[in-house]
Amino acid sequence: MMKRFVYINDDSSQDLYCDNRISNRKYTLWNFLPKNLWEQFRRFMNQYFLLIACLQLWSLITPVNPASTWGPLIIIFAVSATKEAWDDYNRYLSDKQANEKEVWVVKDGIRKHIQAQDIHVGNIVWLRENDEVPCDLVLIGTSEPQGICYVETSALDGETDLKTRVVPLACIGLASEQLHIIKGVIECPNPDKDITRFDGNMRLFPPFIDNDLCPLTISNTLLQSCYLRNTEWACGVAKWLSIWLTIFSGNETKLGMSRGVPEPKLTAVDAMIDKLTGAIFLFQVVVVIVLGFAGNIWKDTEARKQWYVKYPEDGPWYELLVIPLRFELLCSIMIPISIKVSLDLVKGIYAKFIDWDEEMYDHDTRTPSHAANTAISEDLGQVEYILTDKTGTLTENKMIFRRCCINGVFYGNESGDALKDVQLLNAVANNVADVIRFVTIMTVCNTVIPIRSKSGTISYKAQSQDEDALVNAAARLHMVLISKNGSSLEINLNGSLIQYEILDILEFTSDRKRMSVVVKDCQDGKILLLSKGADEAILPCAYAGQQIRPFVDAVEQYAQLGLRTLCLGWRELKDDEYNEWSHAFKQARSTLVDREWKLAEVCQILEHDLEIIGVTAIEDRLQDGVPETIETLRQAGINFWMLTGDKQNTAIQIALLCNFISSEPKGQLLFINGKTEDEVLRSLERVLLTMRITSSEPKDLAFVVDGWALEIILKQYRAVFTELAILSRTAICCRVTPSQKAQLVELLKSCDYRTLAIGDGGNDVRMIQQADIGVGISGREGLQAARAADYSIGKFRFLKRLILVHGRYSYNRTAFLSQYSFYKSLLICFIQIFFSFFSGVSGTSLFNSISLMAYNVFYTSIPVLTVVLDKDLSEKTVMQNPQILLYCQAGRLLNPSTFAGWFGRSLYHALVVFLITVHAYADEKSEMEELSMVALSGCIWLQAFVVTIEMNSFTILQHLAIWGNFAAFYFINSLVSTIPSAGMYTIMFRLCRQPSYWITVVLIVAVGMGPVLALKYFRYTYRSSAINILQQAERSRGPIFSMGGLESQLKSLEKDVASLSTSQSKFRNSVYEPLLSASDPPPTSTRRSIGPATFDFLQPAQSRLSSSYSRNCKDN
Amino acid sequence: MNPRGDSTSGSDGAAEPRRKSKKPKYSRFTQQELPACKPLLTPAIVVTAFAFIGIIFIPIGLLSLSASGQVVEIVYQYDTDCIPEQLQNDKVAFIQSSTTNKTCTRTLTVPKNMEGPVHIYYELDNFYQNHRRYVKSRSDKQLRSKASETETTNCAPEATTSDGSVIVPCGLIAWSLFNDTYSFAVNSKIIEVNKKNIAWQSDKEHKFGSDVYPKNFQMGGLIGGAKLNASIPLSEQEDLIVWMRTAALPRFRKLYGRIETDLAANEQVTVTIQNNYNTYSFEGKKNLVLSTTSWIGGKNDFLGTAYLTIGSLCLFLAMGFIILYLLKPRTLGDPSYLSWNRNPDGHY
Repeated sequence: MMKRFVYINDDSSQDLYCDNRISNRKYTLWNFLPKNLWEQFRRFMNQYFLLIACLQLWSLITPVNPASTWGPLIIIFAVSATKEAWDDYNRYLSDKQANEKEVWVVKDGIRKHIQAQDIHVGNIVWLRENDEVPCDLVLIGTSEPQGICYVETSALDGETDLKTRVVPLACIGLASEQLHIIKGVIECPNPDKDITRFDGNMRLFPPFIDNDLCPLTISNTLLQSCYLRNTEWACGVAKWLSIWLTIFSGNETKLGMSRGVPEPKLTAVDAMIDKLTGAIFLFQVVVVIVLGFAGNIWKDTEARKQWYVKYPEDGPWYELLVIPLRFELLCSIMIPISIKVSLDLVKGIYAKFIDWDEEMYDHDTRTPSHAANTAISEDLGQVEYILTDKTGTLTENKMIFRRCCINGVFYGNESGDALKDVQLLNAVANNVADVIRFVTIMTVCNTVIPIRSKSGTISYKAQSQDEDALVNAAARLHMVLISKNGSSLEINLNGSLIQYEILDILEFTSDRKRMSVVVKDCQDGKILLLSKGADEAILPCAYAGQQIRPFVDAVEQYAQLGLRTLCLGWRELKDDEYNEWSHAFKQARSTLVDREWKLAEVCQILEHDLEIIGVTAIEDRLQDGVPETIETLRQAGINFWMLTGDKQNTAIQIALLCNFISSEPKGQLLFINGKTEDEVLRSLERVLLTMRITSSEPKDLAFVVDGWALEIILKQYRAVFTELAILSRTAICCRVTPSQKAQLVELLKSCDYRTLAIGDGGNDVRMIQQADIGVGISGREGLQAARAADYSIGKFRFLKRLILVHGRYSYNRTAFLSQYSFYKSLLICFIQIFFSFFSGVSGTSLFNSISLMAYNVFYTSIPVLTVVLDKDLSEKTVMQNPQILLYCQAGRLLNPSTFAGWFGRSLYHALVVFLITVHAYADEKSEMEELSMVALSGCIWLQAFVVTIEMNSFTILQHLAIWGNFAAFYFINSLVSTIPSAGMYTIMFRLCRQPSYWITVVLIVAVGMGPVLALKYFRYTYRSSAINILQQAERSRGPIFSMGGLESQLKSLEKDVASLSTSQSKFRNSVYEPLLSASDPPPTSTRRSIGPATFDFLQPAQSRLSSSYSRNCKDN
Repeated sequence: MNPRGDSTSGSDGAAEPRRKSKKPKYSRFTQQELPACKPLLTPAIVVTAFAFIGIIFIPIGLLSLSASGQVVEIVYQYDTDCIPEQLQNDKVAFIQSSTTNKTCTRTLTVPKNMEGPVHIYYELDNFYQNHRRYVKSRSDKQLRSKASETETTNCAPEATTSDGSVIVPCGLIAWSLFNDTYSFAVNSKIIEVNKKNIAWQSDKEHKFGSDVYPKNFQMGGLIGGAKLNASIPLSEQEDLIVWMRTAALPRFRKLYGRIETDLAANEQVTVTIQNNYNTYSFEGKKNLVLSTTSWIGGKNDFLGTAYLTIGSLCLFLAMGFIILYLLKPRTLGDPSYLSWNRNPDGHY
């Protein structure tokens, strides 16, 4: 690993590393134009249009003024460049503000005010309370005698609770004068992106005698953008100072490095549009080749006779290419230049609608929903799989201590609340040793910081909600954690003060799944190891003779109720044992390489022979509306997978509670498990077989798999599992790691499903980024997930609205907008093609340049943009009939066949416009400018009516845009008609005076729209789609029929694929079917005895537990 | 405040949502709740619409037809007719020869009373004034003002003479100016042909300059069409102005002049045609057309017929929908029609 050495307070070594200037800018003043153009031209569409625009500069082949392509092209480029420039300018401003911020820095032993950008690596920086940290620092001194301070890291991870940062041992007790002249060296790895780890060492130079290497961890550092906070703490200390030492600076800071521009996601709709664009491009090539050939043949046979054309006898070598190229230019409008801009615009508005939505505003946390990715709203409407986290996503992540089991005695079983259990209260009051020990562990074994407010009440700041619940519960049991000053800790038990000295904290990691503290009881000087953790992490550490059976039972029982369990244990340490271990621990802490792993290994040495003392059960309540949301979304045809790190039983309970799976006999759970590969495979195949057979039955099947089996499956049996994934509508994956979550998302994506991943914590980030759509819940676990996500919402229940309302509308609107864009471009292009048969296939453009440009950019682009307000069904109707989402999922509104419809319509309309125009304006009226304006008017009229007939609802804005555009067309053309040098001088006025003009245009509309209207009416009434029926039902305002009958009908028909197999009961017998019931939790003891005893081939819970013990030990 | 900013566009909103209330401001627009009307295609509306179209269209169609019917039109195709019998086999040679007598006199009978002014058109067929090479070969600037005399970039191959001096008016269109002439007599009395104001007023005033005089026109080796009187400014050369309003279709009529007097029915009009213009090399037809006008323009039955057809079709459709509605009544919005769940489109 690369290392760097930072010399403290040494000006000579400063220039080794970059200064603290931060720059988030993408461009500079000089490279903006080339760089931006380069980025824009990486898109195929833009390259295509540039090619066309360049070809148009060749006057021999251009049918129109080059301005007709250059104009829109430049406008489009200017729009996106301006947006980029504006964003970049804002970034520049915020950089500048940060760079020029004044900070106190020690130079030559004196404190000076300098700008933040001039901080160099090795400088000593002074900060005051509420200052923002200007760069990554190592703490070397604080105003507090214990050498601690508090920071808020919300800008980094969104967690608003305060975190403690401590001065490294070597620097403790240094006076502020000494800190001015301190010298030393810090050895640390090169900057990386990980904001949760920092492994370094510090050695001070004389006169600071401590020659030991002093280990540095993340708790000795302060990262850029954090804030120094501690108002409550600062009572008595007027100015709270803290000295920091710069380690990384500028763009090398961890925050700077973890910023990254994510890969743009492509929606299914985008992919379809790209495909259609490709098809149109091919069609265009064919047209160009055919017309090019025809043109060359016509030229050689006919045009030579047309003496007035004066074709030269032998043309240049490229003569054969001229006509095809002309047609290429003429047909280039087939691919609408405006589609990209229009789509970007409406997508931006969809995203804004999500941000603005009041019904998705979370009043509890006062968070609005936010669409960070503005480009993928349509995908929301096409989601097929939702992969959801459990804790904090489905549940509130608001932990409440409910029950506990201390040495086999259950508390809180009757009342459902242990804190109200008189037995427990009495036991605490009577100082029953076990109970006191239990509560002590609850109080001491954590990283909670107590904060005393001015009024004297104590509140707790905790990173883990479980710890918060435990400490609060202990306080209610009269064991109050009063203060934690550095290593000393005070507890008030029933009015008497107890002091402990914290010697070491063996931190929690997701691998270890437990944490411990080593404390010294100040009364009797005994050294104690207090541990808490997941059952499979603690129970194997029990001392040899202890009966762990009661605890296993307790864990089982609580898990059945959907409670989160923690096992508590302790042991007394001998002084010499501790001293020896402490030495090893210190060494491990100061390693630079694999520190985490080494620490875990050392912790393992101490954590054994524990006396297990009890189990706590914490309730994590379901969020409001979760069952309804899942029910609705499942009706909408969305499949749910639950991926959780929690225990299987807890997961199943929660799944039942949220309608995730149905209870017997409607639903059935299939378990995949096993320790070895063979067992897993057998189990997997059995489940798959059952699934295949039962898929014809109207039954909710769900499979349950745990992380261990999943690991084997993902490695070895991917294909089988993929088939299972396709068959199964529901799955519960428990004990899965973040990377497994991401792998599952990838697996579903590889089956071409649209996936949505929703989660709230850092462990969901990978899955959220992997999925087509990532939704983060801005919850209690911080904003990590919400920041990584495309959408962040406050509550799980908003997902329903996000998908059914926003997703669906976005899909419908984009489907219309994109196809319409092609339609209008094809329309005008077909007219040009027809005209070429009347102009000797020479590639003359019927329309003049101004008309062509304005047609694409104004006349046909603006009215259709109001589609962002179009609603085919009211939100209420959609919510009541979520099945309607199937239309979006199946892509029924935008697919090759609907596109063919639009293609046909444009062909028909082009024929109508062209034929009527050339017949009405024949003979003496056949003047080029007039005829072209009549045809253009026909197109504009048709456009207006097409938009009108396809729009479902009209607000004032739509009326304005459609009819205003109409007026604008006449206004603009009249305006151009007043310019004498323009080709169409006076044309519009002449036309408007001719009755035949109006008669012709009305005829075009009638012939063009009549069949469309008739067909639409016929389909609407006699071949109604579900959307139509619901529209009609909405109108009739009758009670919106009950869904019950409909739903059952849907389900039975859905599954009515094959006749039921008679042999299936045989298989079903051999499958574990817990008699799950959501409404009344059955007596757990009977359940447990039935489960494993009856179906012994299946892994009983007990053996599963033991298997995980052995695994755990093996791992460690 | 978070002055370090966020480089990614999304995160600035998510940075500190808990601190400030970011409750979206309520407005009907942001909540997508603007009052909207949702027109439905109910049978009543659709039938009414079609019936309405039918009822409006049929009278308009009848009016148009009658207007077109009132127009009296005499069309005489003279391209083959005006070539002597013995030269029929080599029409091109006839027309290109400078020695042959190209005068051709014919008598036309007026079918109905024609009220003056009677428009005289020449009609060319299979003549591609809209050919790309042709339609571009002009210089509007040169035509407009004397100052831009040298602006002949688009005029090739008729931009300059062989010695390099500028042709005014340049380009193929002007070069191929139609040069047949007609004169008319009724009962040996010559009828005046008014050739004033046959071009658009706007063209004469703004498109063709009054200070621009023809120069080096038709001086090249190959003579295209008519020559121009070099002493008359372009704004007065109305035949040229008419010709330069290019036609969009290969068959077109252009105004030659007007007969201001009425022509009575069965009158014999003697036409003397100078058949100069070469349409023979591309087998183009030449017609002489005498026509009156109405509010709808010249004789054109298309609009009237189309209106009648569409109008009756719409009425027929309206009737059909009524019958269909009576035969197969459907309650709109009846949930029992929600049949989509029976055909889930193979989605599962």
